[in-house]
Amino acid sequence: MSMPNRPDSLILRVTGHFLLPLLIMFSLFLLLRGHNEPGGGFIGGLVAAAAIALHLFFTSVQSARRLIWVDPRDLIGWGLCIAIASGLFGMFGGLPFLSALWIELSVPIFGMLKVGTPLLFDIGVYLVVIGTVLNILLALAEAEDA
Amino acid sequence: MLYALLGGFGVAALAPWLHQLFGRHSGWALALWPATLLVYFCGFLAGVNDGPVLIQHNWIPSLGIQLSFMVDGLSLLFAMLISGIGIFIVAFAGRYLEGHRDLGRFYTILLAFMASMLGLVLSDNLIALFVFWELTSITSYLLIGFNHEDAAARRSALQGLFVTVGGGLALMTGLIMLAMVGGSYELSSLLNQGEVIREHALYAPMLWLILLGAFTKSAQFPFHFWLPNAMAAPTPVSAYLHSATMVKAGVYLLARLNPALGSTDLWLTVLGGVGAITLFIGIWLALRSTGIKKVLAYSTVMALGTLTMLIGLGTPLAVTAAMAFLLAHSLYKGALFMVAGIIDHEVGSKDLRDTGGLFRAMPITAMVAGIAALSLAGVIPMFGFVAKELLFDAALKDAESWILALVIAGAIMTVAVGALVGFLPWYGTPVKTKKQPHEPAPALLAGPVVLALLGLGFGIAAPWVDRMLLGAAATAVAGVPVDYPISLWHGFNTPLLLSIISLIAGLLLYRWRHHFRHHTRFTETLARTGPERGYDLIMAALVKISAAQTRFFQSGYLRYYLLIVLLTFMALVWAVLLTHWPALSVGIHLQGIQLHEYVLVFVLMVAAVAAAKTDSRLGAVASLGAVGFTVALLYVMFSAPDLGITQVLVETLTVILLVLVLFRLPKFLRLTSATLRLRDVLVASAVGITMTCLLLFAADARLYESISHWHVAQSVPSGYGRNIVNVILVDFRALDTLGEIFVLALAATGVLAMIRLRAEDKRK
Repeated sequence: MSMPNRPDSLILRVTGHFLLPLLIMFSLFLLLRGHNEPGGGFIGGLVAAAAIALHLFFTSVQSARRLIWVDPRDLIGWGLCIAIASGLFGMFGGLPFLSALWIELSVPIFGMLKVGTPLLFDIGVYLVVIGTVLNILLALAEAEDA
Repeated sequence: MLYALLGGFGVAALAPWLHQLFGRHSGWALALWPATLLVYFCGFLAGVNDGPVLIQHNWIPSLGIQLSFMVDGLSLLFAMLISGIGIFIVAFAGRYLEGHRDLGRFYTILLAFMASMLGLVLSDNLIALFVFWELTSITSYLLIGFNHEDAAARRSALQGLFVTVGGGLALMTGLIMLAMVGGSYELSSLLNQGEVIREHALYAPMLWLILLGAFTKSAQFPFHFWLPNAMAAPTPVSAYLHSATMVKAGVYLLARLNPALGSTDLWLTVLGGVGAITLFIGIWLALRSTGIKKVLAYSTVMALGTLTMLIGLGTPLAVTAAMAFLLAHSLYKGALFMVAGIIDHEVGSKDLRDTGGLFRAMPITAMVAGIAALSLAGVIPMFGFVAKELLFDAALKDAESWILALVIAGAIMTVAVGALVGFLPWYGTPVKTKKQPHEPAPALLAGPVVLALLGLGFGIAAPWVDRMLLGAAATAVAGVPVDYPISLWHGFNTPLLLSIISLIAGLLLYRWRHHFRHHTRFTETLARTGPERGYDLIMAALVKISAAQTRFFQSGYLRYYLLIVLLTFMALVWAVLLTHWPALSVGIHLQGIQLHEYVLVFVLMVAAVAAAKTDSRLGAVASLGAVGFTVALLYVMFSAPDLGITQVLVETLTVILLVLVLFRLPKFLRLTSATLRLRDVLVASAVGITMTCLLLFAADARLYESISHWHVAQSVPSGYGRNIVNVILVDFRALDTLGEIFVLALAATGVLAMIRLRAEDKRK
């Protein structure tokens, strides 16, 4: 929101700058750990959207748009594509649509890591949620400016 | 087989690029696909007399829906007609629409239609058949409305779509009933269940529904009106869909189901009666028309009526006649329609009255038209003659006398119509035309020449055609082996006598056609109050009802939407609760509730009341936020951290959203009267009480064992995750989640559109 009469809060700006990267990292953390601990694509997406909403409050719509770098509508589209694509892997193996496939990778330092199509699906959900919330938020904020 | 069918859709999708690649020769290039198919189907000819070939692929096995195909005489006859005529239609279209900016799209729809039509006639599974059936309706709609800038074409396209899809709806119900009664979705097994199906109590309703589908598709009276209007389509479409193939889908279905549903009194009466009436009305209207395509369209209605009537008779002789008539008609009518297209393309006229003496300018076309018209009129030695002899024979032996009378009258008028299209434009005094007439390009002429000559050749080689395919087709329709010898010359008998009489009478009728038209003007008034008027009235009523119900439900006021949604919800819940009343019990277990839980619930209630009572928007938002956060706390307490986190985040974002719009809203005013507020209070309380009751009952009612045990047990071994909520969301019930994120995406798009529209309105 960039209303001309918006009170410029120093505290908000400073904390906001520090909080933004932390919140984004936190959202990724929630996304990745979601399969075993509370979290997941939906929650992660909401946190990321909230982080950008915070940014929006102390800067402008243009700045928020620059920050997310792609149009939120594209995020929705990509999210849906990724979610659908994750369901197709199983089909190549003759399984029904959206069947989960898992592989175990041994990664140095982390040890054994299980990677599967549900994670891909969750990333799709994550992107759709961010896209949807920001889409509405930015459109409303732009309507304010107009 | 699967590749032959689905490949058609692939070629259709690629058609625009192929069109660009091959330029003006794209018609011939794309015609290679139906040519390939024809060769492929020819491969089945050798074994066609040995019974049906079944090919099965899984589609949705859990629902009994298979992509299964059956190749027998009937489906092979249709498949070869579709692909064979398709070759020439595609080549014809390439030249006829040369330079049209949408030619690429035209190819796409035409080839998609071809694939759908092949799927229809080859499907063994009823559901697959129905899907292909509807696909032909949709492609037909797109093709009739191809010149979409023309209002009349759009209207005709919509009319054809509504009539055929309306019938399709009935058909689907009928087919499902058929499958329920017969115990299978596979035609190949249903066709052996004839006795079970015919004895069943559902036989009559099932038959009516299926007939409704077949009659609308095949333009039987009283649904015949859409077919002549469909002539708004480009001529290759008329030749292909609305004469040789799609409109015969209904006839195909009747023929296909004859062994399962046929040979009852109801079948005989309805099919025989409707077919005969359609036959007569069709040819009557054909003779009264002057537009070349209209004449041909109405004579197609005649042919479809004839086929329905013959299938209704159902005797071995009648089905043999039906198959011969079908083949003959597809050949000559395809040829004649393409000739009509040539006249339109090269001469520039669409009306018989604007043509005459064209023979000198285009002798080959004239001769081709003549040969095809001879087959239409049923003159020896054309294949049309063979078909007509069989038709007379069947009508003499098996039909009631009034049907026979209609058949003979129809045959007389058919001869006159044959003369109308085979003689009138070509001979006599030349009429001045818009374009200088000349012989058309080979791509235009190829189809009529080949089809007309096939009509001649098949006539001479009738016994061979019978042995190769027609006999097997008749066997498939009758359900029992049919061995009715077909030949060009059956000797001096009553059918031959009728042929000669109809020929002479028809030529006399042609001679006196102006008198005929003059003295039958009274049918014009009849037509104005005919079935098409009924269609118009129904459509007008439909629009009125839709408008009224839209005005009622879509008032544009949020409060009324809420009211309708909540009242409907309440009515549904109580309807279910009251019907299950005796089985319900309420258990209120107050023991074990801790003090802080009481406190939380109290806070919750206070916040809710405050939200409803406050006079400030900000206060309402804050109170609602308090409600939300308290609920989140409850989630956490009952060990559902995921729900808790989600709730907190959603609350936060809701507040942000509200802040964005809050000071946009007008001042908080009381505009409603006390009575209205009382109504709202009543509704709100009633909904609250309903919800409470529902929860109380639900907490104590457990009909099935809870699925959560399974989820808990399976989460780690098959979901590889310890967070059950997430495992359910992204693995066990991922399809639901996929649906939900699609809804999210749609909602976002909707909100965006609304905000943008409002912003634009403001700018103006």
